[in-house]
Amino acid sequence: MNTTSEQRKNLLNVRGLTKVFGTLVACDHVDLAIGHGEIHALLGENGAGKSTLVKMLFGSLEPADGTIEWNGDIVSISTPAEARHLGIGMVFQHFSLFEALTAAENIALSLDTQTPITTIAEKAREVSQAYGLPLDPYSLVGDLSVGERQRIEIIRCLLQEPQLIILDEPTSVLTPQEADKLFETLERLRDEGKSILYISHRLEEVKRMCDNATVLRHGKVVGHCDPRRETASSLANMMVGSEVGKVVRPASPMSDAAEPVLEIRALSRPPDGPFSVPLRDIWMTVHGGEVLGIAGVAGNGQGELFEAISGEVTQRAAGEVRIRGTDAGLLGISKRRLLGAAFVPEERLGHGAAPELRLTENLLLARHRTDQASYVAAGGVIRRDALTKATKRIVDIMDVRKSAEDPEASALSGGNLQKFIIGRELDRSPRVMVVNQPTWGVDAGAAARIRQALIDLARSGSAVLVISQDLDELFEVCDAISVMHNGHLSQPMPIAEATFEKIGLLMGGAEGAEVSHAAGAS
Amino acid sequence: MGILEAVLLTIATAATPLLIAAMGELVTERSGVLNLGVEGMMIMGAVTGFAVASSTGSAWLGMAAAIIAGMAFSLLFGFLTLTLVTNQVATGLALTLLGLGFSGMLGEGFVGRPGVKLGNIDIPVLSDLPVVGKLVFGQDPIFYISILLTAGVAWFLFYSRAGLTLRSVGDSHRSAHALGIKVIRIRYLAVMFGGACSGLAGAHLSLVYVPQWVEGMTAGRGWIALALVVFASWRPWRVLAGAYLFGAVSIGQLHAQALGFGIPSQLLSSLPYLATIVVLVLISRNRRLTVMNTPASLGQPFVPDR
Repeated sequence: MNTTSEQRKNLLNVRGLTKVFGTLVACDHVDLAIGHGEIHALLGENGAGKSTLVKMLFGSLEPADGTIEWNGDIVSISTPAEARHLGIGMVFQHFSLFEALTAAENIALSLDTQTPITTIAEKAREVSQAYGLPLDPYSLVGDLSVGERQRIEIIRCLLQEPQLIILDEPTSVLTPQEADKLFETLERLRDEGKSILYISHRLEEVKRMCDNATVLRHGKVVGHCDPRRETASSLANMMVGSEVGKVVRPASPMSDAAEPVLEIRALSRPPDGPFSVPLRDIWMTVHGGEVLGIAGVAGNGQGELFEAISGEVTQRAAGEVRIRGTDAGLLGISKRRLLGAAFVPEERLGHGAAPELRLTENLLLARHRTDQASYVAAGGVIRRDALTKATKRIVDIMDVRKSAEDPEASALSGGNLQKFIIGRELDRSPRVMVVNQPTWGVDAGAAARIRQALIDLARSGSAVLVISQDLDELFEVCDAISVMHNGHLSQPMPIAEATFEKIGLLMGGAEGAEVSHAAGAS
Repeated sequence: MGILEAVLLTIATAATPLLIAAMGELVTERSGVLNLGVEGMMIMGAVTGFAVASSTGSAWLGMAAAIIAGMAFSLLFGFLTLTLVTNQVATGLALTLLGLGFSGMLGEGFVGRPGVKLGNIDIPVLSDLPVVGKLVFGQDPIFYISILLTAGVAWFLFYSRAGLTLRSVGDSHRSAHALGIKVIRIRYLAVMFGGACSGLAGAHLSLVYVPQWVEGMTAGRGWIALALVVFASWRPWRVLAGAYLFGAVSIGQLHAQALGFGIPSQLLSSLPYLATIVVLVLISRNRRLTVMNTPASLGQPFVPDR
């Protein structure tokens, strides 16, 4: 009896919600209850079904089975407009913003009324001031930082005066300081009686802020809990379903005698287009045996730096990039690879691997120049047997899970494909390894394996450069961390001195001197 | 009527079909759909317009039929690319080839038949003004439509709510779908608008320009309209400028050939293309503006996930 009256008081009751894509059951009879004025966490690894679940709540996907009860009434939500009408607002993970439009126009598009754009801009300004989310409604989205874009999404959502706000991994793109501001806003909204469904795989912030949590694994609910009573590792174990391996970072053998293997000297590059960031006088040295990390909020020039180092874009002077003592600034990708460098770009499908080609073919594409003798016989004939053997070796070492003997790259899940791509490069034992976002969207178990492999490579004497937006990851694998902000690269900070706070300040644009001062004062 | 006035009038007549077809394609492309079938839709409009006008004796009925024919043809394109998600480039090319052939078949019995000309509308008093009188106030109805169309499209795109929705679909169909905007429906409407405009542009050729039917009479104008849209960075008033520039140079080079300047005629014939490209490239030098105005999802297929 007690539970029914409790359930009646809930804002949202979801029972047995199911969604099937082909043979994959993305959500399998999911139950979820959210009360008024509650921050509810939805936890789970990538592919656990979190996004599918909230898309059904927001009307962008149609459930195959199950009921949604809103304020005690059973409702069917078939379009986002209906969801908004009920009072459900959503802040998307991959922002649903239009780059070529202004902030106010973006907001106008999600409001159903025919309000003039000037009124909307005015209202947006009011809301942004009331909640401490500064925003110029007439700025073009393409010019804004990721944090500012998220503000637009939140303001857009608030203007609809929702009772339930769904946030899909909101902090994955923010600096720690920006995330703190977001938490303040969310807590304020909770105090106003609004409910929040908070999706994340960052356990610390869930523990800090959320009142209740629902954990999903493989599309099924595996538990409801109070995150404040759990530890981060107990939550992680619930999500993964087994113990997560710990990454071991042996002491760095770094000595000043170690030769610099990768050097960047006074690298500058003008912006490529209106939404691209210039590189401004970048200096960097990575020694053998060392892992250097580059932190930064997305879109501060990391992609441009990666392109410059990998040779996708060549430099103006040969000396701007030096690989193992050779000036490589004017060389293309293959020539840089021949010098012993390996590169793993951020985008897996279409950049790191050709989606429609098989794994063996992808292996050949990446290595036909560097390992010509092994994979290409006289007359340019491909040696299939060698390729098959090498692919099998990589798959075994990296524990790549696949459904067929030699599947197309696009048939692999993101995490497994990433393991294959990293394994493909590691298999060459490169002397320089440059990785952009090594574990983005990869589940915890696979991420631990990839990180360990990078550390092991460095300890065997190679230079490893890791570009990542995940600070936890950088602190786990790096010996020193530099920060990119607006095309500038900061001095590397040895890991022993680095803290989240210091790195976060640099990510927000503070100068090196200010950071050591601020940290000294605190 | 002075020489200058006559020249200006021919320029307007040459520019009008380009302007109308390009304006339709601009709206289609702003929604993210690349329809390379402009030439095919235009010639279908031309043949249908001529056939109906010459059978009924009413040029106005012919014009209406041309619009409907263009729209029907674009609907075929819409069904293939939006519903069946075929490749837009290949489908557009096929539409052009189909239109050129089909119109030849339909129009076989009409070759050499006398046409009906859409009469000019003279605005009293104003059309008697010197030089510009006939040019601005004594034109055929399709000329007036083309100017109103440009102003209307410019207003619609940048000052109306529906235009904002259309631009958003062209910028990112994924985001638009996530917001609950009906991407496919909007694209169908945009494609049909483009078809209607192409049909009308065709009617201008067979009812105003040369009131008769000749096989293949569009003579590549659809392709020029397509190019104008791109070079004008998808902005309506620039399309107008480009269409008139093209018209002016093509008429100018004819007069130059007649006067016999000793410049090879082949070079003169290529001048309109060269001049239009050079000028429009120069005015779209601002890369930022170009990128902002280019529909980011142009030509990409969209399948909503449900």
